[in-house]
Amino acid sequence: MPKSSLKQTLKDLETKKISIRELNQDYLKRIKEKENLNVFIHFNEENVLKQIDNLEKDNSAKKLKGIPIAIKDLFCTKSMPTTAASKILENFNPTYESFVTQKLLDEGSIFVGKTNLDEFAMGSATSTSFFGNTINPLSKDNEPLAPGGSSGGSAAAVAADLCLGATGTDTGGSIRQPASFCGVVGIKPTYGLCSRWGIAAFASSLDQAGIFSHNVEDASILLQSIAGFDQRDSTSAKVDIPNYFENLDVDLNGKTVGIPKEYSIDGTPMEISQIWEDAIKVLEKKGVKIKNISLPHTKYALPTYYIIAPAEASSNLARYDGVKYGFRSNEIDSLDEMYENTRAQGFGREVKRRILIGTYVLSAGYYDAYYLKAQKVRKLIADDFNKAFKECDFIVTPTAPSAAFPLNEKQNDPIKMYLNDVFTVPASLAGLPGISIPFGEDKNNLPLGIQILGKHFDEQQVFNAALSLERSYE
Amino acid sequence: MNNLIKGEKHDWEMVIGLEIHAQVKSNSKLFSSSSTKFGSSPNSQVSLVDAAMPGMLPVINKYCVEQAVKTGVGLNAKINNYSVFDRKNYFYADLPQGYQISQYKYPIVGEGKVTIDFKDGTSKDIRIVRLHLEQDAGKSLHDQNPSKTYVDLNRSGVALMEIVSEPDIRTPDEAGMYISKIRSILMYLDTCDGNMQEGSLRADVNISVRKPGDGYGTRCEIKNLNSIKFIKQAISYEAKRQIEILESGGAIEQNTMLFNTSTGKTRPMRNKEEAHDYRYFPDPDLLPLEISEEEIVKIKSSIPELPDELKNRFIETYKLSNYDASVLTAEKKTSDYFNESINSDPELKNHAKLVVNWITSELFSLLNKNNFDLTNSPVSPENLGQLVKLISTNEISGKIAKDVLDDMFSTGKTAREIVDEKGLKQVTNEEEIEIVIMEVIKDNPKMVQEFLEGKDKLLGFFVGQAMKKTKGKANPKILNEILLKKLNK
Repeated sequence: MPKSSLKQTLKDLETKKISIRELNQDYLKRIKEKENLNVFIHFNEENVLKQIDNLEKDNSAKKLKGIPIAIKDLFCTKSMPTTAASKILENFNPTYESFVTQKLLDEGSIFVGKTNLDEFAMGSATSTSFFGNTINPLSKDNEPLAPGGSSGGSAAAVAADLCLGATGTDTGGSIRQPASFCGVVGIKPTYGLCSRWGIAAFASSLDQAGIFSHNVEDASILLQSIAGFDQRDSTSAKVDIPNYFENLDVDLNGKTVGIPKEYSIDGTPMEISQIWEDAIKVLEKKGVKIKNISLPHTKYALPTYYIIAPAEASSNLARYDGVKYGFRSNEIDSLDEMYENTRAQGFGREVKRRILIGTYVLSAGYYDAYYLKAQKVRKLIADDFNKAFKECDFIVTPTAPSAAFPLNEKQNDPIKMYLNDVFTVPASLAGLPGISIPFGEDKNNLPLGIQILGKHFDEQQVFNAALSLERSYE
Repeated sequence: MNNLIKGEKHDWEMVIGLEIHAQVKSNSKLFSSSSTKFGSSPNSQVSLVDAAMPGMLPVINKYCVEQAVKTGVGLNAKINNYSVFDRKNYFYADLPQGYQISQYKYPIVGEGKVTIDFKDGTSKDIRIVRLHLEQDAGKSLHDQNPSKTYVDLNRSGVALMEIVSEPDIRTPDEAGMYISKIRSILMYLDTCDGNMQEGSLRADVNISVRKPGDGYGTRCEIKNLNSIKFIKQAISYEAKRQIEILESGGAIEQNTMLFNTSTGKTRPMRNKEEAHDYRYFPDPDLLPLEISEEEIVKIKSSIPELPDELKNRFIETYKLSNYDASVLTAEKKTSDYFNESINSDPELKNHAKLVVNWITSELFSLLNKNNFDLTNSPVSPENLGQLVKLISTNEISGKIAKDVLDDMFSTGKTAREIVDEKGLKQVTNEEEIEIVIMEVIKDNPKMVQEFLEGKDKLLGFFVGQAMKKTKGKANPKILNEILLKKLNK
């Protein structure tokens, strides 16, 4: 069955070809059918029906009125619990609505549920969730595949057509990599474009909200809705947000694409190199100038990321201490024991690993060698991009070094797992916008993603290039 | 001045530095809009940010930044155009975020100095290392329940200024004068209410001892002292403790100490090995704080006359001593009172010293005795001025004036009203006084005899009798003159 797009659905709703209720009942039906994928941490049909009731009574015009959207369970929501896929927030019900989800509610969208993720967004396979793995909807019967991560639930929700779009967050690739694994579009905008207010923090200087959708046009519509300045987030940017959808332009004639040589990594599967070349050829045919560029500090990006992100996480997650909300261990004889047991029992292995790494790199005597050095390298990586963008309008690379891998692979090898982020992390460190679009398949017919990176706040160029490639692929 | 203390074996010198924590006077907290009102019911002033709910972010309160800049200017310090908020990481039940937002490497205010004035007219500069902004923690209440600790987050996130001095202080008294001076400056600037009882101003004291001329010894830090009296006591005790250890051949351990206010003793809280590793790093939720020169100039222009400027003006205008002027300017309410009082009558300018004395000795002692304070004094500055004027024009004597002030204090009437009602106007008419004296001489022939035989001491008796008869109203100088004249006749 062909998946209908957000763009088409909005038209159908407007022309009354379909009602909000009919539309959502269709999605509800599928959500229930696909329960085995474990896409949602929280799904409550009653809640969805209530939202439909309310919208039916609402006569005002709203941009996304009635559109079913899935929300990564890292966004705090008033109407649904928020867990960050962690036992430590198992029964946490926020009294507040995150900036991003509030924007979506204001536009009239319907939240179908809260999607699964790696615990506190730490992971690349949605395998560290306290609520179990999510299964990639593209899995063959005999072998369940990972949906990627950390926003694997949201990527899978779109891929399985359980919604018309989903929110995600991307810290080092957590939108782009699962989008690639699940064969959907995923955009991480420029750091600061969407307020982080109300998103449980992983690594504050990297976390950024974004969108999953069936196609580039839909992504441009949805990103428009969640972007904007918010004075409650000091790192939120005061920039004009263009109407991305209205301004979409597939004519890339005269533009220059940068192809970074450092992204050709030994051991990258042939198929990945192949789709990269295909994409370049397509662009060339459209009159795009091909420019070989160098981002010399790329090889340091991964180690830099795995210092900075855990360092920030070790501090950001200190608030989960059992004192104020969330899980508290029963085995308490002292204040120290309350901390130790609550956090030992409340956090999973990967989260604990990163807290330990982060605590270590910030410790007296190690700070200069790790954290401070990492910050300096981060600056060099950002400078690489700034220099490169003087010579090109956008950059094209593969999204991930592989297609979706089997669920059980890499579970016990954190380093291998971390390597998944090799192509996505540099742009995260530089705060640049990046999109992943499906572009080709591997020998098992699993989708592969191409990543397009743009200049700061040049999401429009990223969308234009993505749309152009998407059309040529279809 | 000799600042040394005697040990068993030789003299020792104290080396003292203070870290003062002053609560910024602001209606809302440093990174949230919650109220900072003192004494509200527990956890009634806690925002989502203060409680560190997931996804909540700090947003700097610009007013607190202005207050810190103002304070920096008042401390004659360098204002840094660029400063950074860092996270100081540690676990405690009343620290909801698991870290305190503070400033570590790049504080908002750099080096400065304040001057303290001694009674003998000399003064000394104490150098300031830095001032930085930080959040306060909440409060753990251990005494509400035998097995539980309660947490009150009303104070969590309230803005503090930490003012760090160089180890320039050498005696407990200097420490007391230094903190009084800082308190005074903050209160003139209106950047801190200076209320030490409510904890708006508290200090950590770093102290070591050394033989004069030696380098710094190993120091100990006494935490969280909230009165000048305790600061002095703690320093004295701690110095003695350190000297005893050193003189008996021991070595000082670099400890963090607590001061027990009931025993007057310090005891170790944790040693160097147990010290926290705070893992400071720049808070990624906040941008560096940038303040332009224009903003600094604007803030500077809004600053009122500060105690030292005011002191110099008083010395120059009213020819007061350095010490008198510094007592007057130690607290804003005192200098305000003095200003209003002395300006209430143009004549008073020539009797400034008298005005000072009547404020700082007579009025202060009445206020103290009755638990009042200059801000709610029943005697207004104008009325006190009027009283001084009556003294300076010889309408009443100083002795009568004390009674008049007592009456003014209890009734709220003016000096003039009381003097008129009670007929207290001084008798300066010589004839009137002479009549009284003659009566006294006549009534006490035996005493007169004894006086004439050489018992000079009896003069006081005659003065007393005459004063009694005039109800104290006779001008003492005239009374004395006439009395001597008549007795020796």
